[in-house]
Amino acid sequence: MTNNESWDIEIYPQTKWYNLQLMQLWRYRDLLLLFVRRDFVAFYKQTILGPLWFLVQPIITTITFSIIFGNLAGISTEGVPKVLFYMSTLVLWTYFADTLTKTADTFSANAHLFGKVYFPRMIVPLSVVVSNLIKLGIQLGLFVVFYIYYIAKGATFTPTTALWLVPYLILVIALLGLGLGIIISSLTTKYRDLKFLVTFGVQLLMYASPIVYPLSTVPAQYRVYVLANPITAIIETFKYAFLGIGEFNVMHLAYSTAVTFVILIIGLIIFHSVEKSFMDTV
Amino acid sequence: MSKVVLKVENVSKQYRLGQLGTGTISHDLNRWWHTVRGKEDPYLKLGDTNDRSQLGGSDYVWSLRDINFEVQQGEVLGIIGKNGAGKSTLLKILSQVTTPTTGSVKARGRIAALLEVGTGFHPDLSGRENIFLNGAILGMTKHEINSKLDEIVDFSGVAKYLDTPVKRYSSGMMVRLGFAVAAHLEPEILIVDEVLAVGDAEFQKKCLGKMKEVSGQGRTVLFVSHNMAAVQNLCTTGLMLEHGQIKALGGINDIISAYTAVTANTGADVVFDTNTRRTGNGNIQFEYLKLYDDAQQLRNTYSIGETIRFEFLVYNKSNETKSEITLQIKTNEGVPLYHIMARDSNVEINYNSTNETYSVLLEDIRLFPGNYHVNAVITDTTGYQVFDAIEECITFTIADGGKYTSRSLPKSAGMFFMNPKWIKH
Repeated sequence: MTNNESWDIEIYPQTKWYNLQLMQLWRYRDLLLLFVRRDFVAFYKQTILGPLWFLVQPIITTITFSIIFGNLAGISTEGVPKVLFYMSTLVLWTYFADTLTKTADTFSANAHLFGKVYFPRMIVPLSVVVSNLIKLGIQLGLFVVFYIYYIAKGATFTPTTALWLVPYLILVIALLGLGLGIIISSLTTKYRDLKFLVTFGVQLLMYASPIVYPLSTVPAQYRVYVLANPITAIIETFKYAFLGIGEFNVMHLAYSTAVTFVILIIGLIIFHSVEKSFMDTV
Repeated sequence: MSKVVLKVENVSKQYRLGQLGTGTISHDLNRWWHTVRGKEDPYLKLGDTNDRSQLGGSDYVWSLRDINFEVQQGEVLGIIGKNGAGKSTLLKILSQVTTPTTGSVKARGRIAALLEVGTGFHPDLSGRENIFLNGAILGMTKHEINSKLDEIVDFSGVAKYLDTPVKRYSSGMMVRLGFAVAAHLEPEILIVDEVLAVGDAEFQKKCLGKMKEVSGQGRTVLFVSHNMAAVQNLCTTGLMLEHGQIKALGGINDIISAYTAVTANTGADVVFDTNTRRTGNGNIQFEYLKLYDDAQQLRNTYSIGETIRFEFLVYNKSNETKSEITLQIKTNEGVPLYHIMARDSNVEINYNSTNETYSVLLEDIRLFPGNYHVNAVITDTTGYQVFDAIEECITFTIADGGKYTSRSLPKSAGMFFMNPKWIKH
């Protein structure tokens, strides 16, 4: 018998909150990709249109928004064709909303799997972020097609150098959706009340973000509240990058980034503490 | 030279009974308040030992209590115990699905747990895609799976259906594929739950063979099963759990006999009362069951060729006038052998008074040595309505020897003894 205390695995009732075991995630990277593949393939198996279904939703939503908010309500689109305006705000918003709602379900939707096998639980929400990224890519492609079409038709907007920021915007909004999602999913393992608020809350959040209206039309006394929403600066910068409209303010963007990181870190800590014990309470 | 690859120290696990509901948040807040003040969790002091049949006073129960053991490299440890003894909880802690309430587990190398076959299979994906998915869930890298793909496919025997979605598979094929992936996992420590209960006999044999092979390669196996034959065949050491505590730990044969001694209801006379675990609507119930030999002595060890008399009293609490009574005799491994019904002997069970006593004579018993359990059931004459059903209500033992033969009769050789006529030509 050896008394040499070098163990590969040590299981204790509690772990330190800062020990997030992020290295383990790297070891399971193949699993992440396989989950992404599974989600993607399972989505269009036994359908005729296959991945084309990813285009149907944004097209329908854009048309609806153009008619209701653009034509009926007459909300300004800052001189940009309505279709292009709504499509540009919806691309990032859909990504955020999808990521949030799906990661918010991590524990309850995977309870069976988590009850049988151990692997770093964070793999599941991360795979949601990545597989939604593919969807985002397709929808961004659709947006670019419309974009080029309107340019060819001689529309009067100009892209700006902020285009370089687009990957960064995507990253920030992904992490924000992930952070909020894992917080909600951790809190719902024991108390399911929150689950009922998610879909509803996401919808409310959309109206609190400049999705159907530009920030410039917000009355001065409410502006500070809309700006307090970290999504605002991301959406506005995105519009500015492609269409040259909206507000681009580095300070606002820095604020969004900071809020995102705080939320993400809180999320990681809560998620990590819940993943240990959730099987007993789910 | 052996080294300890798994060390379990003072592991306990507490569960809260009943529903999680409005009471939970007050307990959580109370617990949090104690932690903030640096005090001990107030609910850790509570809790009964894990005995299903006893009603406890507390809402908390210790599923496992102070479990300590070590496993050496290459050891095959069989974990046995009755339902609810804490086997699954122990496995869940070892496989990191849940954490212990107190104590620690330390291990060298990778642990792979097979608590279920084909975990994470997606019905819409093909067999091949699911091999990769399942393998990755169990902790293999894509590269490892790729290098073993041919072996896995070969072992599973479903090569023909590899590109078919697994939702078209039969459940047996699914199990084969799942086990094939798991069998090629090559962890240092493999934990196997009773997954072998599924699949046909040939495949079960293959699985047991694979597990033997795994342990032969110097890897460690923890095997949980109710199948004593498989445990005996596979394991070198055993651990017996009872009410969440270690009852016995040692060589596998000692552990199995300890287990059978406990599960065997040693008396030849059982009285059923409110503590009896029974099902049925209770209109008519068994009061007692006694085993008598030829000499009208209570006894529960017999030898081949003897006669056992089962005497029981049934108590009619309702206005039923007729019933059917069934006794079923099973082996220690749970294989049903005899299904004895009154109607097969042309007997009608009628109720003239509330208490009726019957005897069933099993003459010239021909069962191989071992322990046998009796299930007793009262139903209506159609068999649809169950009045009373008690599983394993009494146990009797057939010992070696008897009037026919003195040779030893191992269970592996047979189940029923015969002495046919031999003729020389």
